[in-house]
Amino acid sequence: MVKVLQTGFFTSVQDLGRFGYQQYGVPYAGVMDERAALIANLLLGNTKNNAVLEFTMTGPKLQFLCTTKICISGGDFQPKLNSIPINNNSVIVVKEDDILSFGAKKSGFRGYIAVLGGFLTDVVMKSRSMFKNVTQHQTIQKNLLLPIKNAVTIEKQSNASLAVNNVYLEEKIITAHKGPEFHKLTIQQQKKLLNAGFTVSKNNSRMAYQLTELLPNTLEPIITSVVLPGTVQLTPSGQLIILMKDCQTTGGYPRVLQLSNTAINILAQKFTGDELVFSLI
Amino acid sequence: MTTNVNYKIFGDTSILVEWQPVITKGILRDVLEFRSKIETFYTSGIQVTTAYNSLLVAFDDVKVDLPVEIETLKTIYLHKSKLNVSNYKLWKIPVCYDDEFGIDLKEIAAEKNSSVDQIIALHTKTVYTVYFVGFLPGFLYLGGLPKELTMPRKATPRLKIEKGAVAIGGNQTGVYPVESPGGWNIIGNSPLPFFDVTKDVPCFAKPGDAIQFYSVTKKKYDDIKTLVNADVFQIESEDYNG
Repeated sequence: MVKVLQTGFFTSVQDLGRFGYQQYGVPYAGVMDERAALIANLLLGNTKNNAVLEFTMTGPKLQFLCTTKICISGGDFQPKLNSIPINNNSVIVVKEDDILSFGAKKSGFRGYIAVLGGFLTDVVMKSRSMFKNVTQHQTIQKNLLLPIKNAVTIEKQSNASLAVNNVYLEEKIITAHKGPEFHKLTIQQQKKLLNAGFTVSKNNSRMAYQLTELLPNTLEPIITSVVLPGTVQLTPSGQLIILMKDCQTTGGYPRVLQLSNTAINILAQKFTGDELVFSLI
Repeated sequence: MTTNVNYKIFGDTSILVEWQPVITKGILRDVLEFRSKIETFYTSGIQVTTAYNSLLVAFDDVKVDLPVEIETLKTIYLHKSKLNVSNYKLWKIPVCYDDEFGIDLKEIAAEKNSSVDQIIALHTKTVYTVYFVGFLPGFLYLGGLPKELTMPRKATPRLKIEKGAVAIGGNQTGVYPVESPGGWNIIGNSPLPFFDVTKDVPCFAKPGDAIQFYSVTKKKYDDIKTLVNADVFQIESEDYNG
């Protein structure tokens, strides 16, 4: 078990999300930065769908009630074990009553905590990813006990670590495919969308990232159709909305771009005021 | 029915299929028949999501060759189906339209120069087609609202709409499956579970089905709710081929 002493700003259990339930209106959910979660699970010898904790902007404070190994990945939030600094992307042995905490954000916007065997919270619709009205909680709560496997025997400390290239945390280029309604934009609007830089507005969450700059347009709404994480919608007021993992399954705004999976990982590490430029694949 | 459909690559691993931009039962049936043929052909490794006049095939394999798959889908579409896919149901949905639940009914009646009873009569007389599920887990997009019942969305959305609320927004009607903010006009409440996470199939109604509301008293509403909570309420339904 892991006890939640402090939750952090927005921390939830996530795996790779729900597939096959979109026909019932259920969002994909799942980790925002799949790359970071995969690295942490890989280093621990976990499977790629093992559930991790995803935190946003500030890290949680956790007390381990058993022995395990952990790996922190994603943004650098200055992780500490019993107040002693530890590194991201390294396997760390944790013993009963050890306390994991974080400092101020140094890079990125989301961090990931993986444990040996993954977090074992309830599986709902084939996934542990927390989502309102699907799982019991939307985020972890103070004093909540998160079940994990008790690793009774930990082999001699291997302290595996991986030289991880984290330049993607600073990447500004967001690669994308043309969306289904891209061709409805005028040539000038297309150029503006692809050449002008954009800024992440304060409205950014697991559901969607809204951009600050507008793209004036006269596009008609579409008949409600399917949308995906990474779909870039354009509203009549010119607002660009990039849907993320917790987005609805359908929408009626024109879809001008569709982000690559790599670009979703990059965007997941951006926050208010960060700049980005779209680039067609 | 065979009609012109468009195929578009949508992101790294999905294909969007689009029909002409109109909402008709004919197109819905064509979308659903295509969906069924796609699922029969691939058997696994894909998931298909449908809307009014569109269908998305999402592939699990990140290395999928989408132009090749588009050719496969075109062949599947043109292939005559031998499947009987018309296994549709008409579901009977109890709704309590009492003042306690139907908080906007009087306003609608006044707007329409009608009475609350006439509004209820019209809402329950109509058979609505289930086009797809979206917006919220378990939210059915229903077609067929009579023109006489259309009502603009509220200028300011409510922050909290109760689970089960039956509502009208523009030319649509629907049931809120979970508590949610929303701008639709609330006319009643249904005790049925429109989204049940404990079930393998969490929604009882599927695209192509139809639903019809019927009015119940508060007493009957409470009785049904008790049975629903005990998971023993049998939702009334009949075969539907409308």
